[in-house]
Amino acid sequence: MKTLDTSPPGINWPAIAAIYRFEMARTLRTPLQSVVSPVLSTSLYFVVFGAAIGSRMQAIDDVQYGAFIVPGLIMLTLLTQSIANASFAIYFPKFTGTIYELLSAPVAWWEVVIGYVGAAATKSIVLGLIILLTATFFVPLRIAHPGFMLMFLVLTAITFSLFGFIIGIWADGFEKLQVIPLLVVTPLAFLGGSFYSIEMLPPLWRTVALFNPVVYLISGFRWSFFGKADVGVAVSLGMTLVFLAGCIAAVAWIFRTGYRLKN
Amino acid sequence: MPPMSQTTTPQTATSPIISVSGLTKTYASGFQALKSVDLDIRKGEIFALLGPNGAGKTTLISIICGLVNPTTGTVRADGHDIVTDYRAARAAIGLVPQELTTDAFETVRATVGFSRGLFGKRKDPALVEQVLKDLSLWDKRDSQIRTLSGGMKRRVMIAKALAHEPRILFLDEPTAGVDVELRQDMWQMVRRLRDNGVTIILTTHYIEEAEEMADRVGVISKGEIILVEDKVELMRKLGRKQLTLSLQAPLAELPPALSTFDLALATGGEELVYTYDTKAERTGITTLLQALSEAGIRFSDLRTSQSSLEDIFVSLVRDRS
Repeated sequence: MKTLDTSPPGINWPAIAAIYRFEMARTLRTPLQSVVSPVLSTSLYFVVFGAAIGSRMQAIDDVQYGAFIVPGLIMLTLLTQSIANASFAIYFPKFTGTIYELLSAPVAWWEVVIGYVGAAATKSIVLGLIILLTATFFVPLRIAHPGFMLMFLVLTAITFSLFGFIIGIWADGFEKLQVIPLLVVTPLAFLGGSFYSIEMLPPLWRTVALFNPVVYLISGFRWSFFGKADVGVAVSLGMTLVFLAGCIAAVAWIFRTGYRLKN
Repeated sequence: MPPMSQTTTPQTATSPIISVSGLTKTYASGFQALKSVDLDIRKGEIFALLGPNGAGKTTLISIICGLVNPTTGTVRADGHDIVTDYRAARAAIGLVPQELTTDAFETVRATVGFSRGLFGKRKDPALVEQVLKDLSLWDKRDSQIRTLSGGMKRRVMIAKALAHEPRILFLDEPTAGVDVELRQDMWQMVRRLRDNGVTIILTTHYIEEAEEMADRVGVISKGEIILVEDKVELMRKLGRKQLTLSLQAPLAELPPALSTFDLALATGGEELVYTYDTKAERTGITTLLQALSEAGIRFSDLRTSQSSLEDIFVSLVRDRS
């Protein structure tokens, strides 16, 4: 029996690095679409909701409205960009057929996931930080718990990149690739308290809102900024981790069965 | 060509580098693409897998390379089970699929480097340079793949498959839609790789290709390997022709004077069929015609026919059922 002299045992690091670099290079080739466009649209939100409308709104929990919406806007971008990046990253090789190489390579499923999801999450995190920086030009900001802020940022980016990865594998056409982000994620994100506190809702809708997972993300993230939250921060963290675990389980199942990847 | 990793583990000439046993594949649609395939590929040989479209060639290759899950059966590649020990098995294999599928916006050099990394090898710019030069891609190294011609893209796919110095190379229909120059380059490359100890498995439905390149030939039809033979032997069989003589008067039996010829009576004694070998030094046609004349057998017409690959398939399948 032979062993490959140059193949590292355990983890195929070169493969993870190759996928990660490939994906990052794809982003850098399209800076307008990847970076400038999300920053521009977020700036528009600040101008419209923060400056124009926000100046006529009263402060929420003693936080000026323009500042109040910052965590929600970052989350909104984080969710949509993570899903868009990761779903497209794995859908495109399936669409063009280049996925044959991935399937024939000596890589474990979790190495593929680390490469693709790692790259998608990196982009989202960088984007989130850029938007945060952009926000400081429009509104005065303070971050009460920077450590937790970063943790929510990273966890959310990873979780929703995983979710996007699953969508990319599930989708067998460009329409399906768009349908979940547009019809499910965007409404959930808008109704998840990006622009208001769910305390402002009537009691019935407040209960309904608690079934929206995005509420917990935004609430936790906003707490890391202002120290005030709609739901307990431990609950927020717990719900994020539950969703993360669910996504990991789904990806493991996909690769074990070859669902939509192998015949 | 890239220097192949020198492993000096002694291996007998008979030990196969790929061993397929009891392999079946039934797709979700119910289509049975492979019906219990057993096949051994010898180390260092060029093996041509011949078969008509839809015979199961690509399915067989796809299972060995990890693109398709087998229904039952096992495959060992380079001594490793392709399912339980897929890392070691796949690291030894390079695949050039039939379809021309490449990235669009990557450069040639980047995509070949990507392949090397994906297969677990550290960066080696010198080796990538050598692979690109061997395939006449060095001038295009910084071009985006989408700007290349179809033939160049095919070369890129070969370069990607060779980037991790595989010990086994699969070429699925390598010459489909390829011009003469690339075909010549490709065969030269295949021979060089074989000289470096790489085992090459190629599929084709052109008998000439198998004839030119292969050491051994396997014929697959309707999901079954119906023949595995040394090329020389197969060529002898394929090289057979038949001369059919329509007789003026039907014969009840062959005259003893003609017993030395490979003759048979057909259509109720009205036709005489002579089977001969075009590759032999002498076909024996002249002597046969002389002998017929001496025996007073006259004929009104004659025709020759050559058994095509398709005929061989048909007769092989008929023989088995």
